[in-house]
Amino acid sequence: MKKRTHYELLQSGAGYYTALIGMGLLIVAGLAATWYMEHYGHIVTGMSNEIVWGMPHVFAVFMIVAASGVLNVASIGTVFGKAPYKPLGRLSAVMAAAVLAGGLMILVLDLGRPDRLIVAMTKYNFKSIFAWNIYLYNGFFAVVLLYLYTQLSSKAGVRRFYKPAGTLAFVWRLILTTGTGSIFGWLVARQAYDLAIFAPMFIALSFSFGLAVFILLMVALMRGDDRAVGHELVARMGRLLGVFVASAAYFTIVWMLTDLYAAEHRSAVAYLFASGNIYSWLYWVGFIGLGTIAPLLLVFSNSARSSHAPVITAALLVILGGMALMYFIIIGGQSYPLVLFPGMEESSSFNDGMIASYAPSLPEILLGLGGVAVAVTITLVAAKTLHILPTTLADAEVDPHLAAEAEGAGLKKAA
Amino acid sequence: MTEHSASNETRKAPESAAAEMDAARREFMRNIAAASVLSLGGGLTLYAAAPREALAKKPGEPLDPKKRWGMLIDTTKCTSGCEKCVEACKKENGWEAEPGSRTDVQWIRKVDVKDPATGFMASLPVMRQHCANPPCVDVCPTGASMQRADGIVQVNMHTCIGCRYCMMACPYKARSFVHEDIPEERKRFHAPMGKGCVTSCNFCAHRVDSGRIPACAEACPEGAMLFGDLNDPNSAISQRLKEIPSYQIRADLGTDNGIRYTRLP
Repeated sequence: MKKRTHYELLQSGAGYYTALIGMGLLIVAGLAATWYMEHYGHIVTGMSNEIVWGMPHVFAVFMIVAASGVLNVASIGTVFGKAPYKPLGRLSAVMAAAVLAGGLMILVLDLGRPDRLIVAMTKYNFKSIFAWNIYLYNGFFAVVLLYLYTQLSSKAGVRRFYKPAGTLAFVWRLILTTGTGSIFGWLVARQAYDLAIFAPMFIALSFSFGLAVFILLMVALMRGDDRAVGHELVARMGRLLGVFVASAAYFTIVWMLTDLYAAEHRSAVAYLFASGNIYSWLYWVGFIGLGTIAPLLLVFSNSARSSHAPVITAALLVILGGMALMYFIIIGGQSYPLVLFPGMEESSSFNDGMIASYAPSLPEILLGLGGVAVAVTITLVAAKTLHILPTTLADAEVDPHLAAEAEGAGLKKAA
Repeated sequence: MTEHSASNETRKAPESAAAEMDAARREFMRNIAAASVLSLGGGLTLYAAAPREALAKKPGEPLDPKKRWGMLIDTTKCTSGCEKCVEACKKENGWEAEPGSRTDVQWIRKVDVKDPATGFMASLPVMRQHCANPPCVDVCPTGASMQRADGIVQVNMHTCIGCRYCMMACPYKARSFVHEDIPEERKRFHAPMGKGCVTSCNFCAHRVDSGRIPACAEACPEGAMLFGDLNDPNSAISQRLKEIPSYQIRADLGTDNGIRYTRLP
């Protein structure tokens, strides 16, 4: 029989406030870094006229991509009707908005003129995919809040719209990630980008990053508040993470092969994927090794059914590998010089034809961490003020089938 | 109706009609020839007498959308090491750049190109290409990267938010981000640059609007940079482009550059 989920506010333990203070300090550090970078100009960062987007973009794009993926957890319950995910819908919606807010904060504070944000909000060039994204991001907040309202409302009339709102949010997030991927995919001049595959690749990456972020924060919140989290629930999410991780890697490999096949792009892609530089290492060791193969082994291991550790480790590795991939795409892609004269050697006072170097500066990293802290803070405050966190996620409470599966797995292990 | 009636009235015997038609044709040809000589001669006289400068635009007068400013660079005259155009641009527009600097503003640079297979070398100035289909204008979220009615592409530094997406999109590396404060002595009223904004060559719009040519073209000792209206078939640049083959950098991208080169490696 289907059980009703109960939600409770977070307890105000010392751990909660310690976490909040820690996040607050990171936010202050991020803001201080922003002030420093804006006061002196981007000259104090590692960015240049070649690497125009640096570490803040690595954090921001990761988080924006992850945000839409975090919402998948809610969609799996609402749109696809999977019972074990239904109690997680509220947390998923809040966390998705929080992660997007953190990512956008980084993006905005890394602008050359963040004080002109109002210009970005009032003057639109509708041909720009960036301008479309401003609408898509703002719309995401609106749609997710609406979806959350249909879940939290005590009025049956409002709750009736839970499924349509969830479906709208799901469609919106797919369009949003298409927009984020197209920021790179539509850059016709860049050898490393300029491919339509960036849109679906970013969607696959969002599934994987988002679920990893969700698993980590969910387990941290639940266990931090002494609430039960079922092994089978986490194991099941881990297995889904495995599927997402594999599909994301698949897209990156198709990207690599497509570019390798085209003589026009071959040297750029060989430089990125196979020249033994930092970017090749980040892709093969960071993303493929640590961020794909290791998590796959972990989530499909037998121990994932009896302990949270393998799935949590896998989620951490997916995030680590994801950041490595973002660095690879954003920094690596820019470091390959623009080809003005195909097949020719170029040199100039403006570093034409030269591989661009980049080393992230401390302020850039602090701004990125500040954005992460904003996302965590919003989630923490929301869990303390809204009924979004289930009182228990024990397998038997979430879905009797899960408990049966867990029991079966236990018997098998014992046998 | 009137023409029809006229032709009916003049319908005569076939022989005399043919003779008259021949006469009329000869007359027509004579007139055409005379008109051609007159117009060509007049055109050549005008061309010879015309100042090198573009026609001045009165203050407040709207830009002429029929115009499209462009430049033809004769790369056969351009030598490696000559930086006269670059120096003139620096002085005119107030930027300085250490060679090899990764953060200094550069509106124009000399690019040395070598064919590794044949050893053929060339040197040419590269600046903003003033494309008819500029990717930078397409991607700019606020419309700060804009194209004037006369084809000049420039950045409105008052609405540039410094997102640098235009720098990602530009195929020609024509844009710079202002990484730090501009010293007072380098500030120019006509070429505003601000820390945190993107900047790039604007074809010396202030000079063009007052009937002059861009500083780089004026400074070239070889006269290798011919500036003019690409849409005016009688302009010197259009006449020259009709005579000789010209090329655009990365023409394959379809950006339709306003800067043309006589020879590209």
